[in-house]
Amino acid sequence: MLKTFHLPVAIVTAFLVMTSIATADERYAPIQNEMVSKECGACHMAFQPQMLPKRSWEKIMDGLSDHFGEDASLGDKTSADIRSYLVANAADGSWWSGKFMRGIKDHMTPLRITEMPYWVREHNEEVPARAWKDPKVKSKANCVACHVQANRGNYDDD
Amino acid sequence: MNFLKKFRCLRFGVTALLLGISTAATTSADANSQLSIIEGYAKESKQHDPKFTAFSAERGRLLFSVRHATGKPETPSCTSCHTKSPLSVGSTRAGKEIAPMAISKTPDRYTDIKKVEKWFRRNCKSVLGRPCTPLEKGDFLTFMMNQ
Repeated sequence: MLKTFHLPVAIVTAFLVMTSIATADERYAPIQNEMVSKECGACHMAFQPQMLPKRSWEKIMDGLSDHFGEDASLGDKTSADIRSYLVANAADGSWWSGKFMRGIKDHMTPLRITEMPYWVREHNEEVPARAWKDPKVKSKANCVACHVQANRGNYDDD
Repeated sequence: MNFLKKFRCLRFGVTALLLGISTAATTSADANSQLSIIEGYAKESKQHDPKFTAFSAERGRLLFSVRHATGKPETPSCTSCHTKSPLSVGSTRAGKEIAPMAISKTPDRYTDIKKVEKWFRRNCKSVLGRPCTPLEKGDFLTFMMNQ
């Protein structure tokens, strides 16, 4: 048994497994709340709440009547349900902070996921400027243009 | 064997019939909800203006096509997102597809009054910078029904 054990092969295998784990980590829990999927997903993809801090979601929900230039207002009950789901699942929603909190200072309340330092770093490195100008992309909020499984929280295809 | 064949044939016929009935039932249910929503707007229009007689698809077409530019700069007209033709698939500013506005293309549109009111509330504010009147809503729906 020991004779068949080949150290260099084992090391290479371990390395490959580790790097694949390290690169295949752009997964977020799919949205489990029907109201959130439906209402937040009416004009844009319903973004996973893990991508913004709690205080950002609060501010977004406070300002729905002028939501990036659109009136996205909702009824009180719907709005309260959505708010509680987003806050509970925010980037800083658990006892440890998600990677989207990297580089976020206490005084910062970003409103766009595309302004989050983690998002910027991930996209600046590999997305050429011309890709953003593609008419099929249209907007940086259109995740599914490139991440075809973004709706399900899978952004591994980068 | 022959019996089995007949049975299969019968089963196919019955399935087709049931499918036909259920499709017809949903279509007419959709049409009924659409008509009752328009009726509601007609009642409101009458209260607004006793001289009101009927909605006009032509006025609805104008409301949809004209460049208003009295609301948000990003959305000067309905066509900014819905394209010039109610038969075409539109696109939001965030790049998400919008099903065609015409009933012939999207038969289950305008069947839920809450949803209809929600989008009139939002989009009239975005495009016109003010709420739509019941007359405008009725005209708009009448135009879309005819498309």
